[in-house]
Amino acid sequence: MNEKALSVRNLCAGYHGSEVLQDISFSVNAGDYVGICGPNGSGKSTMIKIILQLLAPTSGEVSVLGTPQASFRDWHRIGYLPQGLQFFNPHFPATVDEVIRLGRLSAKKFPRRFNRDDAWAVDRTMEWMGISHIRGAMIGELSGGLRQRVLLARALVNDPALLVMDEPTTALDPETRESFYKLIFEMNREKQCTVLLVTHDTATIGKYASHLLYLDKKVVFYGSFDDFCNSSEMTGFFGEHGQHLVCHRH
Amino acid sequence: MNLNEMLSYGFMQRALVGGSLIAILCSVLGVFLVLRRLSLIGDGLAHVTFGSVALALFFRLHSVYMTLSIIPVVLASALGILKLAQKARIYGDAAIGMVSAIGIATGVLLASVAGGFNVDLFSYLFGNILSISSSELCIAAALFVIVIAGVIMFYNELFASTFDEELAKSSGLNTDRINTVLVLLTALTVVLAMKVVGIMLISALLILPAVSALQIAKGFKTAIVSAAGIGVATVICGISLSFVMNLPTGATIVLINFIVFLCAFAARTLLRHP
Repeated sequence: MNEKALSVRNLCAGYHGSEVLQDISFSVNAGDYVGICGPNGSGKSTMIKIILQLLAPTSGEVSVLGTPQASFRDWHRIGYLPQGLQFFNPHFPATVDEVIRLGRLSAKKFPRRFNRDDAWAVDRTMEWMGISHIRGAMIGELSGGLRQRVLLARALVNDPALLVMDEPTTALDPETRESFYKLIFEMNREKQCTVLLVTHDTATIGKYASHLLYLDKKVVFYGSFDDFCNSSEMTGFFGEHGQHLVCHRH
Repeated sequence: MNLNEMLSYGFMQRALVGGSLIAILCSVLGVFLVLRRLSLIGDGLAHVTFGSVALALFFRLHSVYMTLSIIPVVLASALGILKLAQKARIYGDAAIGMVSAIGIATGVLLASVAGGFNVDLFSYLFGNILSISSSELCIAAALFVIVIAGVIMFYNELFASTFDEELAKSSGLNTDRINTVLVLLTALTVVLAMKVVGIMLISALLILPAVSALQIAKGFKTAIVSAAGIGVATVICGISLSFVMNLPTGATIVLINFIVFLCAFAARTLLRHP
């Protein structure tokens, strides 16, 4: 599998005159599982938002699934799971089934009507994720872990080629977090879906991701975990203990 | 007075039909507006309508011509609110406040300069659906078809961007276009609702059926359908009650809506903690 799932070249971005991303370049092969780490304010979320065209870069080029961003239209091939909903209203009157079905909109043309295939895709995804029993439940009445699972189902309902997640486990307890990571790992293995996962959890990500991208406004490290573990340069950056912690789990 | 006698009057028939159409529009759009925390856009556009009515009266336009002439002004103001919020880096509520104040100021200024039409102008503040004419009912029906068609065509996109705008955008939906559609449909509805409850109470017709439905709804479609049902039922009850008891129609509709909200709230509380 040699197709590039993502290619970022000389990407720069900033807010109100301050540069958040400086000359970022890297590419991700289809089927890779990339953990994106870095300190607060290192530009991880900004980069994700640029990849999803939620923000515009100041300069640079991004190609997604082999297509330059400007002409990219295959939104159904991308799944996105944010840390949480932007302004989540716990009283929002939507059922789990309705929320997951929204994920199918990206594959549709105006007036974007749902059909039997959509219902089937929703059923199949819920079954795969083990959430069929809550299909009629209201999204606001679910626990944080279940809600994230539903949003993950929404992101996966089109069988995306690229799954982008921005700190999806921040609000979850350790046990739920672990099962969440396992589910994503399974999906990456079984469906060969490329995964970009922004996380602060460097220790756990070492266990699942195939590659690590460490950002601090620019690319500090990008490569496979084996490269990371053997890199003396990274020992200097992370310290022996930090590097060991990540590599030990890997 | 019995039901048959009440319904035998032409003005009652027109009021009930027109009121029901407008109630459906307000309630359906209200669900989207309330959930997007844009409830007060109705109030803001209503105030613009006040300014527009003053302008129309200034040029001696009445009845159907007035309705037709204020539509473009209110549509432009709705777009103005959106653009102000997007381009001038101010929050939506501040943009609504600005446009709203300009609408009221224009109305008061024109009323003062022209003189003589204050009574006419102020009658629009409280509305009277019982005085709806056949031609006004035809306009209401035409606008009803336009707004409902818009909601049906954009239903899933409106739902997606109401649920979470960032997620909708990341699915490739044009959320700017969806927002524009929503405020334009709201602007058309506000112009129509002016006749039912008056400029002062339009936001009540947009908000109350929606919040009542949100107390009890178990799904998004259910919320929309319940809101429409509550809207129609309260408008019909309000018109009938105001006719029988000689009460102001707009105020009666609003207070009945509030009673329904209290009942829905109580039902929800009791169901949760039996």
